[in-house]
Order: sequence, then C-alpha cells, then structure tokens
Amino acid sequence: MTVESLRRSPLADHPLVSGSGVRLVEIPFLTAVNVQGAPGFPTPPASGVAAWGERSVLWLGPEEWLVVGPDGDTFDLPGGVDVSANRTTIELSGPNARDVLEKGCTLDLHPRAFGAGRCAQTTLARSQVLLWQTSNAPVYRLMVRGSFAHYLADWLTDAAQEYL
Amino acid sequence: MLLIRCPWCGEREETEFHYGGQAHVAYPPDPEAMTDAEWAEYLFFRDNPKGVFAERWVHSAGCRRWFNTLRDTVTSEFVEEAR
Amino acid sequence: MRLPSGGRVDRSAPVRFTLDDVEYTGFAGDTLASAMIANGVLTVAPSLYLRRPRGIVTAGIEEPNALVQVDGEPSLTATTVELVDGLSASTLSGIGRLEPGPAAVHDEKAVHDKKYAHTDVLVVGGGPAGLAAALAASSGGARVMLVDDQPELGGSLLSDASPSPWVASAAAELAARPEVRVLSRATAFGYYDSNYVLVAQKRRLWHVRARRVVLATGAHERPIVFGDNDLPGIMSASAVRTYVNRYAVLPGREVVVLTADDSAYATAFDLTAAGANVVAILDTRTEPPADLAARAMSLGITVSPDQVVRRASGSSRITGVSTRDGWLDCDLLAVSGGWNPVVHLFSQSRGTVRWDDGLAAFVPDVAAQANRVVGAANGVYDLADCLAEGAAAGGEAAELVGYPGAAPELPSVARRNATPPGPLWQAPDDPSRCFVDLQRDATVADVLRATGAGMRSPEHVKRYTTIGTGADQGRTSNVVALGVIASALGLDSPGELGTTTFRAPYAPVSFALMAGRNRGALHDPVRTTAIHPWHVEAGAVFEDVGHWKRPRYYPHAGEDMDAAVLRECHAARTGVGVQDASTLGKIEVVGADAGEFLNRMYTNAFKKLAVGSARYGMMCRADGMVFDDGVTMRLAEDRFYVTTTTGGAARVLDWFEEWAQTEWPSLDVKFTSVTEQWCTVAVVGPKSRAVIGRLAPSLDVSAEAFGFMTFRDTVLHNGIPARIARISFSGELAYEVNVASWYGLAVWRAVLEAGADFDITPYGTETMHVLRAEKGFPIVGQDTDGTVTPHDLGMSWIVSKQKDFVGKRSLRRPDAVRPDRKHLVGLLPVEPDVVLPEGSQLIAPGTPLTPPVPMLGHVTSSYRSAVLERSFALALVKGGRDRIGETVLAPLGDRLVEATVTEPVFYDKEGARRDG
Ligand SMILES: [Zn+2]
Repeated sequence: MTVESLRRSPLADHPLVSGSGVRLVEIPFLTAVNVQGAPGFPTPPASGVAAWGERSVLWLGPEEWLVVGPDGDTFDLPGGVDVSANRTTIELSGPNARDVLEKGCTLDLHPRAFGAGRCAQTTLARSQVLLWQTSNAPVYRLMVRGSFAHYLADWLTDAAQEYL
Repeated sequence: MLLIRCPWCGEREETEFHYGGQAHVAYPPDPEAMTDAEWAEYLFFRDNPKGVFAERWVHSAGCRRWFNTLRDTVTSEFVEEAR
Repeated sequence: MRLPSGGRVDRSAPVRFTLDDVEYTGFAGDTLASAMIANGVLTVAPSLYLRRPRGIVTAGIEEPNALVQVDGEPSLTATTVELVDGLSASTLSGIGRLEPGPAAVHDEKAVHDKKYAHTDVLVVGGGPAGLAAALAASSGGARVMLVDDQPELGGSLLSDASPSPWVASAAAELAARPEVRVLSRATAFGYYDSNYVLVAQKRRLWHVRARRVVLATGAHERPIVFGDNDLPGIMSASAVRTYVNRYAVLPGREVVVLTADDSAYATAFDLTAAGANVVAILDTRTEPPADLAARAMSLGITVSPDQVVRRASGSSRITGVSTRDGWLDCDLLAVSGGWNPVVHLFSQSRGTVRWDDGLAAFVPDVAAQANRVVGAANGVYDLADCLAEGAAAGGEAAELVGYPGAAPELPSVARRNATPPGPLWQAPDDPSRCFVDLQRDATVADVLRATGAGMRSPEHVKRYTTIGTGADQGRTSNVVALGVIASALGLDSPGELGTTTFRAPYAPVSFALMAGRNRGALHDPVRTTAIHPWHVEAGAVFEDVGHWKRPRYYPHAGEDMDAAVLRECHAARTGVGVQDASTLGKIEVVGADAGEFLNRMYTNAFKKLAVGSARYGMMCRADGMVFDDGVTMRLAEDRFYVTTTTGGAARVLDWFEEWAQTEWPSLDVKFTSVTEQWCTVAVVGPKSRAVIGRLAPSLDVSAEAFGFMTFRDTVLHNGIPARIARISFSGELAYEVNVASWYGLAVWRAVLEAGADFDITPYGTETMHVLRAEKGFPIVGQDTDGTVTPHDLGMSWIVSKQKDFVGKRSLRRPDAVRPDRKHLVGLLPVEPDVVLPEGSQLIAPGTPLTPPVPMLGHVTSSYRSAVLERSFALALVKGGRDRIGETVLAPLGDRLVEATVTEPVFYDKEGARRDG
C-alpha cells in the first residue's frame, strides 16, 4: 500500500452530475505551488496562463503565479509555497458550461472577453475560485478551497439542473 | 453597485473589493515621538469631502493588491485609478 | 365582449381559467384583463379603504385597480398576467397575502434563477424606438440586449388596428443576429451605478452590466380628476384602443371620449370601426386639432371643444357623465389627460428631469450615466420621430462601443404636427369625490388638506396623503397629484414643484426572485474540514463558527451537552483527547524580511525566534485593541507559518497585505493562505506523548528531545509526512499533528487507533473552550470585543517594550491607561452549581435597581468545570484586577446571584502539567 492511497480528495464522496449540456468532474490531487517574487519559469501576461512543459503557470497578480502540474509532480521553486492540498479542481465542460457559470459569476465570459488560456481569481456563487478556461469547447477548471468544495459542488449541481 | 477597475485585473464588481478609507495617510515614522493629540489625529481623523476623494481599495477576492483611486463622492464615479 | 374578428389572440387556442372561483374562457394571447373584458367582467375588487367599486383602468403595468392573486402569488396586475390554461385568480383589495401551501411560487422546489450578463448596449423597451435602437446598435456586430416586458416585441405598435409588418421583420432580424439577446416578458426595474441594471423575468433575475444603455421605456397615459372618476367603466383611452385592436375585446358600446390630447382621437376612430357608438369626443382644449376633428366629423362623431366632465354617474358602473353643456349617456368613458414619459429608470440612474410646458410633462434632462432616452420616454410621441430617434441613439451607441454599423431600415411614416395638450388640474366637483390615487383611495380633498396644513413640498404631501406609495408607486397618480398641489398653491404648473424621487424597484419584485438559489441548503456557504465525514458519522453536534461547521461535542447515548463536555474534559485532563483543529487560519509568510515584518505586526518579538520553534503571538489594531492571536512557527530563516483564529483568517491576511503593500513595500515579505493545505489534529492530555510516540515512531518524543513550543517534521508510521508541534491550548501536555489535508481523515483515524487503549476521546469546541478557560486563556472575539487591550487581558507580558509594533503608541493614550478600564478576571459563582449566562451584566452589591443601573461589566465565558467540580466564568469588569476577592451580582432569571471576583487562571497556575 502506497502512502498516496491514503489520500482522500475533498469531493471523494460527492457525486457530481453530468448531462448533455454540462459535465462536472473532480480532478483531484493536482500539484500546485504558489510563487511570489522572482519566477524561475515562463510567465504569462496578466490574467493569462503560460505553458511550462506539462505544467501550467497561472497569473494570480503582479508577481504572483500558481504553477500547476499533474498529480505526483514535484518541483522546488525558490520562495514557493506548496498549496496542492489547499484546493481541489472541478472541471466544468459542455455546451452549457458558460450558462451555468453565468448564474453565479460576475465576470464577462463571452469569447470576446475571456477564453482558453485565461484565468481569474473571482467569486462563484459565494465562494472564491480560481477560474481557468482550458479550451474554447468550452472547458473550465474551477480551483476551489477544499473547505468550500462541497458547497460549490452542491451549487453547481443545482445550477446545472436545466442542462442535464 | 460599483464597477471598480483593479489596475491589475481590470473591471470587477464592487463585491470583490474591500474599502480602505482615505489614501496617503502614512504610518508615522516615529509614533513614540508624537503627542497624544498628534497620534489621535493619525488614528481617528479622516477627510470626508464632497467631491473628488483620494481613497484606497483592495481587490481582496481577486489579486489581493491594494491600490489608490480618485473617486467623486457625489457621483461615485472613479476619476482615475493608480497602482 | 369579444369582437368577431381581429386582434392578436389565437382563436384556435381557447384557454380556461377561473376568477374568484367562476370559470371563464379566453384565448392564448390574452391577458387576464383582456379575457375578463371578453367575458364582460370589467369590475374588480372594491377599493382598499373606501370599499368603492372599481374597474380595470389600463392595459399595462401602470394599472392601479386590477390587483389579483394568481396561483398563490399575490399583488399581480390582471393587465400584465398572461392567460394560461388552468390559471386560477382571485381579485384583491390592495393587499395581497403570502399563503403557505402547494402554490407554485412557494413551492420549495420552485427554482429562482439568477444570471449575470454583460452587454455592449442594453436597450430597454421593445416599442418602435427601442426596436429601431436595437437594430441600429447591433448592425455592426456589437453585443446588444433588448429587454421588453411583453410576450412579443412591438410595444405601442401592437395596439394599432393593423400593426406595421416592420415589427415582425425587425424582430426576425434581431433574432437572427448572433450577438443579440432579446429578453421578453422581462421588466428592467432597477438602474444602479456603473450602468448596472436589474431585470426581472418570471423566475430569473438578470444582473446586467452595459457599456451603453438606451431607454425606450415609453409613456403612461394620465387620468383626469373629476367627480366619481373612479367608477368602473372609466378607462384610459389608449388602453381602450389596445383592448379593441390587440385583444379584439370591446369594453363598452356607448362611449364618451374625454381628452386633453390628440392621441385619444385614434381610440374614437378605432372604436367606431369596431362597431361601438362614440357618443362624443370632449376635448379640453379650445381649439381641437382640425385634421382629427374633421375625420371625427366624417365618422359622425361630435367633437366638443373646451370641455370638462364634472362628474360621472352610476352605482356599480358608469351610466353617464355631466359635462359643461349637459348630460351624456354612456357605458364607457375613455380618458386621456395627456402623457407621462416613463422616466423612472432614467431618474434612478441619477439623470435629472425637467418640466416641459409644451408637453405638460416631466421629460429627461441631463444624464448622469452612459445612457440616452428615446421615443415617448423622451417626450417624443410622433411615430416617425420615435423611430428616427431610436435609430440614431442605437447607431451612436454602436459607434461608442466600437462596433459602428449601418442605419436600419425603418417604415415610412408621415409626420404630423400635434396640437399641444391641455391638461386639467383643478377639481370641477366636490374634491372628496375627485380621486387622485385610486390604489390609496386618495382624493383632491386629501391633497388640499395637506396644502391647507402648510405643506408645499411634494415629498411632504406624498407622505401625508400616501399618494404614490401603493404597489403601483403612483405611476398614474404622481403627476396628477403634482398638478393638483400646484393649482392649490396657485402655481402655474407642476414644473414649479419638481417631482418626487423615483426609486427602485420600478415594478414589484418577489423576495424569492431576489434570493435566487441562496436559500435552503445553499443559503450560505458551509465550510467543512477533511475530517468532517468522521464527525458526522460519530454523531457530533455541530456549531457554526463563521461559515465552518465544527463539532461542538460528541454525545454518547443518553448524554446531554453538559454530560458529554464533562466527560470530554475529564479525558483530556486525565487521559488523552483529540480535536479537529483544522479550521484555524494558516498563512505562510515568506521572505528575507519575514521576521522583521512579524515583529512589526505582533506585540511580541518574532525576529529572533529559532528555526524549529513556535511562539504564541498577539496582534493589535493601530488603536491598540486586540485584533487576533495565534501560534507562529519558524520553518526556515525566511519562512514562518502563522496561525490565526478560525474566524480571523481572511481578516489577518488582508491586514498583513495592507501593511506590507501600503506602508512597507520595501520589505521582502509575501503571504500565502494555506488554511486548507493543512489538516491539524490536536492530541491533548497526559497520555498524548504515548500516542504521538506510536504515531511517529521515528520521532524522539521525550520531554528533553521535543520541548514545549517546538516542532518537528517527521513521517508517521503509515508513511504520511507530518509536522508535529508541541503546543497547548489547554495547559496539558499536547501536540498538534499537521498533515496535507488530503491525508487528514487517514491521520485522524490513525490517531484514534494509536490511542484506542487509552480510551482516546474526541472532543469538540465546547470542551476546548472549557479547557482553555480553566487556564484563563482568552478567545479573541469572545472574551474581547474590539475595545480590549492586551493589558486589559492581564497579558502585559506579551507586550514588547523594546520594539515598535502596530498599536503600541495607542497603549499609552490616556484612555488606554485609565484605572477603571475593564479587565479580564475570573468569577466564581457563590453557588457552585450556578452557571452564569454568557453576556450577563454585572453590578456591584447594593446598587439601586432604578434605571439607569450602573454596570460593572459582563460575563464573557461561563462553564461547568470537571476538574474544578464547580461552575466558573471569565468576565470583563471595570477595574477588575482591583476587585479580586470582592463580590459582584449577576441576574439569573428573576433573581440576582453572587459571584466572587478571582484571578482568571483557575487551574494549574504553576503550569506544571504542560510537560506531562
Ligand atoms: Zn485585481
């Protein structure tokens, strides 16, 4: 038994809905390191995402980034803070994904204003999220603090009902 | 509800921000050298103009950065934002 | 009565409905009001106060009389309720009632949705001006939203006998444009800062941010004051025309038209065409418009200039009117007192209005936001002008948002020069029979009473008479009231008074709609730790701490809270207890100046804290009052791990950022919230060392090797990496095991397993509170309230005399050193079984109980102690440290009980227990 098998993601016991218009899945255990100050990696423009090998560098603010890698990825960045377990990731996709987000997110998500490769720290319903659009299909990733994950999953499930 | 332009993130809803009161009220360099009256002035007294007011906001639900603005307290319109 | 042909109703789709339990039939496309009229029902519920008979007056949102309750939803207007099969309505006298029950609107399952929308251009109103504006605004590809409260676009054009085909083609063109969104059956009801407009659709509340707004909100027809002008059968002339043409129903057969304006002539002509007999057109003006008068004459309609109606007659419905010249029989009086542009939204946007003498109306003046008012809302009534103005405003908006387009195709309409209206403001009859506000049953006499009492401001008269305060917010009565006030005060026009303020909402909005999905389980976020599922399974009783659900205690079968807490406390003091402490706020502070920064924030020093050590710290605001506290560990030379109170996490992070960014930007220090990165399990009690030893076999847990206020990074027996600290919030030997939160549940279980043979006991916040209170440890926010300094808490030891820190200077302000400040002290009730209620006020013995009773302070924490075998409390008491040994009194029920003031530390004063 590996130690990883002892892990439990925030939404491990939380059923997420999927239907023709919207699909919701949890992507647990992504590696995430918060870096402020001098970066040792390619940096994206404001509100953007840059690729760093198989990792993504998300802009969080001036001189602040979140480096996101796959589960099990390890990297040591000067000044970095490991926040892998701080949040979990809910992936929201499907033709009505944007409609669901627009029920609780005040950002303009129209393709002219937002799109693949963009990210934003904002509020969805009543929890803070890091919203990251990974594809214009569209596919969104919602990175949410573990403590809020159940609330947000419940909210998304409720908001998605008409598109299932 | 105001639309506030964070100098880093762009326009966001007022609910993503916290208000920080009057701008340019610096922490005194040597508080211990101040009289009680001077210290009280720093602590408790702020301007409350009708018209353009330099004030601070923090984008607390976004990038967490503090910035200064000039806002007209009559119309609530932002005259300008500064980092 | 339904006309044999015409109208926009679908005669192939009959719709059954009930009104006041009587069954009727209408057609799809009817409103409840038009279907009522089709069935000969013009009368609605009697008036609220005077119980006078009342009828349908209008065909729209401005309706003052026809209030109904529909399928449980109260206070709707029959003129705006779309008829659907099976609809069940009852008429209301002004006041609706929310009824619990199965009705759809109160159904727990009824979804009320919310939607945030962004648009380049928002057009409010789908009439001719709004349609033209939307077409022009969207022609270059701008994102355009058109909001209209009707089921179909067209606005006033739908009331024409044969609406222009342009309406349908415009609607089709808009529907075909990908960046255009048309919201029908939607009412824009609030216009706020930064072009933020709220729109209510049946079950969906739209929050719209627009870069430009075009308001094409139309106009409402005004009534005229005369005797008994509230009788059923007296209707707005334009509404009569709408009923005849759009719904093909005839509200009366013998019709008198009373008008101060040109527009009512069309009503007379269309009534004639529909087969009604128009007895006369009574025009208030000395020179009625020649072209219209000639056409009336050609249709056999008498036009009488310079007319008034003195009084209407009839008991349950109008039977005739007395005019300047005599008596006319009629069963319908169609009235037009001129028009009021709907300036509500414009006014809410802080635009100013001005009185236009030529139009006898308030019209938009100066805009305060990025908007423009067009068409009838702007006092422009000629159709050709409306279309042109709408198209121009739409085109301008498109250009301003960067998507210039082409001018839309507009129908060619002949321009006509209107004759100015001739409004009447004076009552021609007994003022107490001349109604101004039908919904409030207020008359000219009420207004005269107000002006007679010396009131001149419309705001005062409004409050005195209640005119304009009904659910219809005075849509038809406001300007009439102003006219009556003006004439009573001898002023020339209402313009000299100005108008009352228009406030949101323009139309009533249900609370359910405003709440959206923020109700029931989603009412507020619920935050849980990784260990939460175990707490639920164990039957924990939870308490809310901010948004967190925390176990308060874990009752065994048959135990109440007192019994459970005594048992949990006993275990922690004599064996071992375990608590989920994961909700504590956690912040990593990184940078070369991290130590210097913390030195400036905390009252005590952190700069020289050794790596591997932990220290309790306290923070003050600049005013010297305690703000937050917690234990900080030094992970590396340039890295600290700060914990905050559960409720204070976000506050403290903001506080750090504020000082670092705005006061000391040259310091190299950065902050990252890691509250959910870590799960924290507190293992507490004399047997905790043994438990930790089993949990972390590679760790030397001896008191010598692992000292108090130090921590170790280690790997647990199951391979989980952990950071274990020796920290105590109970005075007992205790450890905190920190692991990545996804391991939280596994580690919790491992701790329970390691302590099983010691009967390890999970405990909740209540036990934690008791244990710390026995030691006199204050809880920020419970034993403090923003007016308490560290000295007040008796914690002068934590206040550095060497370095500056935020709040230090305030601690020697005269107010901060008053001898009678409230100090944190202990209280021992004289009767050891009495637990003083928290919040109890305290008084000195012998204080007379005549108000105002001078208070000494209040109880902040109060419990029953297992180890003390009695009750005890903490309290903030004026000059408390000088009262130790004295008695104070606290109310308990209806008696006063005595308590002795003590030191706040009740247990293990020497601190002998923390090393086990
Ligand atoms: Zn920002």
